[in-house]
Amino acid sequence: MIGPVLKVTDLKKAYGAIQAVGGVSFEVMPGEIFGVIGPNGSGKTTMFNSVLGQITPDAGKIELNGQDITHKSPQQLNQLGVGRTFQTLQVFGKMTVRDNLLVAAQEHQGSMWSRLFAPGDSGLGDRADALIDQFRIRHVAHKKAGELSYGQQKLVDIAMAFMSEPDLVLLDEPCAGVNPSLVGGISSLLKQLNQTRKGSFVVIEHNMDFVMDLCHRILVMVEGKVLAVGTPDEIRANKAVLDAYLGN
Amino acid sequence: MKKLPLISGLAIAAILLAAPPFLKNYGIYLFSYWMVFVIATMGLNLTVGYAGQKSLGHAAFFGIGAYSVAILMQAGHSFWLGLALAVVACFVIGLALGFPALRVQTIYLAFATLGFNTAIWLVMRNEEWLTGGTFGINNIGRPSLFGLSLDGPLAYYYFVLGVTVLMGLVQWKLLSSPWGKAFTALRDNPIRAESLGIHIQGYTLLSFAIGAAYAGVAGALFASLVQFIEPAPFTVGASIMMYLMVVVGGPGYFFGPLLGSAVGVLLPEWLRFAQAWYLFIFGAAVILLMLWLPDGLLSIPARLAAKRQAREASAARAAAAAKLGS
Repeated sequence: MIGPVLKVTDLKKAYGAIQAVGGVSFEVMPGEIFGVIGPNGSGKTTMFNSVLGQITPDAGKIELNGQDITHKSPQQLNQLGVGRTFQTLQVFGKMTVRDNLLVAAQEHQGSMWSRLFAPGDSGLGDRADALIDQFRIRHVAHKKAGELSYGQQKLVDIAMAFMSEPDLVLLDEPCAGVNPSLVGGISSLLKQLNQTRKGSFVVIEHNMDFVMDLCHRILVMVEGKVLAVGTPDEIRANKAVLDAYLGN
Repeated sequence: MKKLPLISGLAIAAILLAAPPFLKNYGIYLFSYWMVFVIATMGLNLTVGYAGQKSLGHAAFFGIGAYSVAILMQAGHSFWLGLALAVVACFVIGLALGFPALRVQTIYLAFATLGFNTAIWLVMRNEEWLTGGTFGINNIGRPSLFGLSLDGPLAYYYFVLGVTVLMGLVQWKLLSSPWGKAFTALRDNPIRAESLGIHIQGYTLLSFAIGAAYAGVAGALFASLVQFIEPAPFTVGASIMMYLMVVVGGPGYFFGPLLGSAVGVLLPEWLRFAQAWYLFIFGAAVILLMLWLPDGLLSIPARLAAKRQAREASAARAAAAAKLGS
């Protein structure tokens, strides 16, 4: 039997007297798109940042393919096969789009010293071009990322997370600030990537239509705890979830 | 417009190659001095302009390079041994100076490096047994290359120019490699860089160490150029001046140090006709440059292009609005 790609067990994180994450456990299976939803302040981002080594959890265990990664740094996690996007745009504005993609995977090629003598594209040119075509950003590939529209930068940002071909990608609000006409495009792209690359994704998002359409399973967090986990249909039908969102 | 950089580059290369034989000794000396500072600020540009760190201690490495050559040559060793020591010593000490950058950033890092510069300067001034203190070290010789004496001002100038080109090529190769992208990523967004697997601690340390090694080479050439050194050229003030050269030229622009050093080294000389006013005019020129061109002289083409694009976009919007109205 194949085990989970990501296993989070009894994760806790407090800021002073506030328990931001209070004993969260879940598993993400290979090839699964796993959604995380919850009202503002429910602890989603704290949980996310704990998994990604951005903050140190107070307690709990995080495993990637069976390996304990609880106290790994973001750099080490990336080397182990974890990609991510941030809630706000995080592209390198003064680099071209293609260079943004190249730099997103170059540290996976050879050693630090060998990279000093490697070609500028680290041998990743074909992979970058394939993603550029898949994300339909060929016409801006040689423009500086900072000169693009918000939506185009968002696409670059997401493409960067996939450049190193990670086993697991965590996407923090991929639709935040994006024109509604692009939301469907991002959803299709993520489905396509999930099909072709067989990777697992964890997606935090407030856009319910997007989450319900994209994710195989969804975890609902409220006040730092897991309220429910289930398929989109199960979550839609869950009265406790409706109460949490709409008020009882 | 795209031909402008090529034409400018060729013009500068022609001046650097052809002008010095027609100059008096002082003019050749100034050109050599300029090239020495081009090498030093190329290093600082890597640390500050490309990797986004702050350093107000670059003159200390410049001094370490100069004293390495002076002390070893005084002890009867060759210039080349002094040069090798300068590079190694500056690289290692630069690596050590990079460690504060792993903990502090911005102005706090600047002050940490400023403290380092002051400490090194005090060693140069107070450890007379080694450095000659305020009396300095004189009669520093010039090297010979493949049996060719570089004693004359013109021969030494072309030697310094050759080293400058060599150091430029090394940096060009470095910046064209994946390391160049890693440095830029570190500067633009260290959190995102780390999330992409970039070893930000390693690249931070390397940016300081390589930048310091460049200053070491420049210092070694400086010692043989001026043939007498004492602590004054290696103060915090000199570090600030080098930082200014990087900023004026354009931090993160490959040719920024060439232009910035010209402003820092040659402009004060050209302004000497103004006699007592020349420092005032120089200061005013720098203030105006910082006000209008905070990204340096080499940002002018990008600024003009941005203005042109804005004009074109505005005209397109106006045309579209007129079409809708008709």
